[in-house]
Amino acid sequence: MSKVIMIYPERCTGCNMCVLACAFTREGEARPSASRVHVYNWEREQFSVPMLCQQCDDAPCVAVCPTGAMHRPDGTIVVEYDVNKCIRCRMCVQACPFGNASYDMVTNKILKCDTCAGAPECVAVCPNHALEYVDVTVSTRARKKSFAKKFKDAFQEVA
Amino acid sequence: MNAWTGTILRVNLTNGTIKKEPLDVKAARAFIGARGLAAKMLFDEVDPNIDALSPENKLFFAAGPLTGTFAPNVGRYDVVCKSPLTGAIAASNSGGSFGPELKYAGYDMIIFEGKAPAPVYLWIHNDQVELRDASALWGKEVPETTDLLRAETDEDAKVACIGPAGEKLSFIASVMNEMGRAAGRSGVGAVMGSKNLKAIAVVGTGGVSVADKDAFAAAAKDAAAKIKAHPVGGTGLKAYGTDVLVNILNSVGSLPTRNFQDGYFPTADKTGGEALAANNLLRPRGCHSCIIECGRATKVTNPKFAGEGEGPEYESAWGFGADCGIDNLDAIIKANFLCNDLGLDTISTATTIACAMDLYEAGIITLKDTGGIPLNFGNAEVMVELVKMMGNREGFGDKMADGSWRLADAYGHPEYSMSCKKQEMPAYDPRGVQGIGLHYATSNRGGCHVRGYTIAVEVLGNPVKMDQHTTEGKPDLVITFQNLTAALDSTGACLFATFGIGGDELAALLSGATGIPYSTADFMKAGERIWNLERMWNLAAGLSSNDDVLPERLLHEPIKTGPSKGEVSHLNEMLPVYYDLRGWDANGVPSAERLETLGLA
Repeated sequence: MSKVIMIYPERCTGCNMCVLACAFTREGEARPSASRVHVYNWEREQFSVPMLCQQCDDAPCVAVCPTGAMHRPDGTIVVEYDVNKCIRCRMCVQACPFGNASYDMVTNKILKCDTCAGAPECVAVCPNHALEYVDVTVSTRARKKSFAKKFKDAFQEVA
Repeated sequence: MNAWTGTILRVNLTNGTIKKEPLDVKAARAFIGARGLAAKMLFDEVDPNIDALSPENKLFFAAGPLTGTFAPNVGRYDVVCKSPLTGAIAASNSGGSFGPELKYAGYDMIIFEGKAPAPVYLWIHNDQVELRDASALWGKEVPETTDLLRAETDEDAKVACIGPAGEKLSFIASVMNEMGRAAGRSGVGAVMGSKNLKAIAVVGTGGVSVADKDAFAAAAKDAAAKIKAHPVGGTGLKAYGTDVLVNILNSVGSLPTRNFQDGYFPTADKTGGEALAANNLLRPRGCHSCIIECGRATKVTNPKFAGEGEGPEYESAWGFGADCGIDNLDAIIKANFLCNDLGLDTISTATTIACAMDLYEAGIITLKDTGGIPLNFGNAEVMVELVKMMGNREGFGDKMADGSWRLADAYGHPEYSMSCKKQEMPAYDPRGVQGIGLHYATSNRGGCHVRGYTIAVEVLGNPVKMDQHTTEGKPDLVITFQNLTAALDSTGACLFATFGIGGDELAALLSGATGIPYSTADFMKAGERIWNLERMWNLAAGLSSNDDVLPERLLHEPIKTGPSKGEVSHLNEMLPVYYDLRGWDANGVPSAERLETLGLA
């Protein structure tokens, strides 16, 4: 697998369709707290940022997992979660610097994006392409450019 | 339960008790939810003859069965009560994510009764529900109230509240949620204020389940595909917002101008959605589960009117624009922001200002009345100032804060109020578009476009086009739209979903979600049932066919310029046909047979 989900917050309108799609597809009901993607809204600024697992190269959730439940299969870039190996110690939840792993009390398991085995529903329903499922090399480049642009814009605003 | 949560919160503000009650499943099946079910409960529980601002009035915050589900454009809730503005039933609906959050917390509806002895707010965190002191919040505007409440409860809480206008019992006060979304019309904010209820903050971590996941998912996908493929629902509203209508309505000579003195505004294009997108739009925004995104995050840099916020949508841009003879978009946007902050309905606020300008230019009110403020049409600075004065009931703003009818009546000239049932009409001139005039006159909440949006057919050609000037076929059209919208509102869906889907798709969604097989005919019949129930309540409240009227100006003074020059409304030709098709007698009273058919006897 060589694709990841890229986030474009500037395109996000805050509709939460990704959240609903994730919860409905994976857990069978529209329960936002069961979603692996979350949208944070700033109402005064009217800005929204979707957040989901970055599939870190050097993933803290994998490093701290004592049972190997959180693991990266050889040759893949997606960090996967094996519910059968998980002892619910929630070390991964604490370790994730982005808050993108969470524990769901209702289903008693860890929620973390696994890109739906290559067909992410959140990307499919996003009406604005704020989430895109892209080739990893393109994504790397796009991400760098996107951040460079943010710096540029920030400096322009100051100047 | 599926779709519905099955639980209603009943909050008695007088004695501070909070009860959880089971949803009446039979009533929910017949009246769906949101607007319809709350209307049914108001009908059963509230004497139509009470004073709307007395503790005897009840205030319903009601979500629908589709609210919060994974279907496109179903994130809405309704605020229902007796309206202080019209004396009729009020049902104002709003988007954002307050309605879905209420469902996720486990409730279909909250009913507020009585009056709190001192300002309070309701804090809902799933099962935990409590009334808290709101004295520190009283007097605060909407954004600050929202921020303070989040600091006091939960940073992710969804907040619905009133601003100063609601506290000061302005008959045109709104209930605002998430700062920029409004349950705007009919003065529901004043009813909230009369109960000393400043706000509701809610956090819900549960979900909404559906009966048949596969059928529901298929219906949701079908609905989303159809909305996306539609030129308005899929493309137009996101690009330009609803304000795209300014140029469209002006081009057909039906953009009410200077308090409906005319139907054409030569410089309207300066205030349209295209100009907004070019000059002020930061980004489109969407309510919960919205794939249309007509919401506008906008910014004004002009120091005189500087600000950042939500809006304007079409009605606001028209009201503060053409209807006041103003083409300064910065001022229009600023007026919209102020309405959001103060908790005022933009349509009634703008059109009350237009009415005041008309009275002033006619010499009926003078500088002596206004405290030295010249109220000429076209004065953008004065218009913006008046919004502040109305929201805070300052100076002449106090006289304007109860809407145009009370203002004009106080000076002996109610005919200057461009309202139906004392609620101001919105942005489509009934002289240029015949069907919408019949709808205004018969709408159960008075002057209002979103209960029977015949503009879709008469102007936009969706799903078919009818001649805007003909009266033929219009009563039937109005009835179809009124019934469809009553049912649609009751599901929790957004009216704009009809730019793509209709009764078939909504019935399929409702069936999949609830497990109750609603055919399209069942769905439309539910809409007719709700419409007739609202009508019965209004008749019991003392309204009659004498209130199914339009202002004289629209019947006798033709549009002066533009493409619809020379036209007047032919309401009186259409109204008897409408009554007859509805199964109502010549006085607009539903027949016993029709009520029986609808299960309302």
